[in-house]
Amino acid sequence: MSMEATPAIEVADIASGYEDQLVLDGVSFKVRPSEIFFIIGGSGCGKTTLLRNLVGLVRPLRGEVMFNGRPFTHADPGSRREMLRTFGMLFQSGALWTSLTLSENIALPLEEYTKLPGDEIRNIAAFKLSQVGLAGFEGHYPSEISGGMRKRAGLARALALDPSIVFFDEPSAGLDPVTARKLDDLIVQVRDTFGTTIVVVSHDVDSIMGIADRIVMLDKDARGIIAEGTPGELAGDVSDPRVAEFLTRRKGRAG
Amino acid sequence: MLASQETNAARATARTEGSVLEVSLEGTWRLDARTPRWDSLLGQAGPSAVRLRADAVSHWDTSLVVFLGEARRWCSVSGAACDVSGLDEKMRSLSAQFEGAMRTCGHDDHSKSFVVEVGLATRDSMAHVKGLLRFVGEFWIDSTRIVAGRTGLRWNDCLNEMQRCGAMALPIVSLISFLVGITLAYSGAIVLKRFGGEIWVADLIGVAMTREMGALMAAITLSGRTGAAFAAEIGSMKANEEIDALSTLGISPVRFLVIPKVLALGVMMPLLAMYANCLGVLGGMAVAYATLDIPPAAYWVEMLTIVDLQDVLVGVIKSVAFGLIVGISGCLRGLQADRNAAGVGKAATSAVVTAILLIIVADAVFAVLFHALGI
Repeated sequence: MSMEATPAIEVADIASGYEDQLVLDGVSFKVRPSEIFFIIGGSGCGKTTLLRNLVGLVRPLRGEVMFNGRPFTHADPGSRREMLRTFGMLFQSGALWTSLTLSENIALPLEEYTKLPGDEIRNIAAFKLSQVGLAGFEGHYPSEISGGMRKRAGLARALALDPSIVFFDEPSAGLDPVTARKLDDLIVQVRDTFGTTIVVVSHDVDSIMGIADRIVMLDKDARGIIAEGTPGELAGDVSDPRVAEFLTRRKGRAG
Repeated sequence: MLASQETNAARATARTEGSVLEVSLEGTWRLDARTPRWDSLLGQAGPSAVRLRADAVSHWDTSLVVFLGEARRWCSVSGAACDVSGLDEKMRSLSAQFEGAMRTCGHDDHSKSFVVEVGLATRDSMAHVKGLLRFVGEFWIDSTRIVAGRTGLRWNDCLNEMQRCGAMALPIVSLISFLVGITLAYSGAIVLKRFGGEIWVADLIGVAMTREMGALMAAITLSGRTGAAFAAEIGSMKANEEIDALSTLGISPVRFLVIPKVLALGVMMPLLAMYANCLGVLGGMAVAYATLDIPPAAYWVEMLTIVDLQDVLVGVIKSVAFGLIVGISGCLRGLQADRNAAGVGKAATSAVVTAILLIIVADAVFAVLFHALGI
């Protein structure tokens, strides 16, 4: 896994925001294949904007996102669609389709993108649910399960097509610490099983220190990256008080 | 990583050694490509043992897990021994997990017996009636409290609603009632021409618009325009827990959301109905002038021989009732909505259907009532 190999994701000089007010300006980084990569930062620093740029929900004002060396942002709709198929995304609240059962939620991408027969799709849906610990909940509707379960079901749906890259938007938001750690374990398990590249947007320090391989930290005032490295490197770096403050929550207690 | 492997298709070859079926898997296994299925590979064979080998698989995903899981499931059902030593650790554990998932979701029969269906339907309608009574009760209590001056009404909300459902509906109400006037004039002219009494088109339209069509057209337009909007707005507020947020603050959702809306419609509907009357008469006047050669002044004078304030009043009384019906059914359906995206859509549809149904029923009741009263 050297840096010279084609990066799974390459972000080149992205600027994003509104015409008069840039949230991000000149952001560039690379994500290696099979890496658990965290994008962190305080509220309003543009984490979610960056994630929306990465998955193509919002086109950046400038710059390019490349997946496995192929340009995505300015690709034609056909190849964008083809590349989108290799992504999975877990939204903050799960974003399950409320009028479908869990099984149907997971079956939908399979029905759209594969020619598998119906019974096999149902089996795969049950399998994916059992992978996230929701065996037996196939017939439940999203409104009938708890928030943590909804998030796990969202993960099962994100994994339905065996994506090569999975994006997570604040996976631990709204979960109790125990459930959040279980979700972290699940993220590691997903990576270990299929070598999936994982990109997580988060501000949960325990997750960051626990499972991240590498981190970029964004800052609101800098409108871009202020630190990049492994959790150990960032935690040991005392030169930038913003990084130390975020990772150790030590502001004001030092003296 | 993705495109280069297209050429190396997934294959499964079976070889029989005595009663042992050895299955060798190779190639690239991908969900969106055609992959072999266990059922078709097995065919009619009934081996007593199955050996699975996957040394030559270059890249794989869930499709391989599906194949292996189904093979293992078949083995455990038919009692054949399954040798998975030719698989790597990950394949073994995932296919075992898949087999487990197949076992639990096998009986996927959600159909219910007739008795259960009847029971559930009864329970649902009981809950429905209870919800309806509760809404009516809350509406009554909050209205009387407001009338008695014991609690305030949110006048700003009410005025905003009035603007949205009244002033902003003027263009559509104008168009519809003008066209209704034209249509009535044409159909009236067909009959009245036979008697040489084209001038009575004015009487016909005058009476029909003021007593009936003005109120009806305004009400039907607003049930689609405003009633559905109320239901969708309140329905999505409910799905978003905004209604719960009001309740936990001790604010009655009925007082906060429903009463200003219903009041706004109750006030604006008669105004819109009277406006619709004018436009309808104008439409009739235009047809009379253009095709029947009746000058507008003659039309107006003729109309006033039969239409008096009592007819206008009949229309106004009806339209107040229609306004309350549209407002209440919109808000009620919104509050009854299921907490999901489909629920909001259903609430909007059912608000319109309920409102139009009740409007027609009320209209019939009014017709009988006014006839009995001789108005």
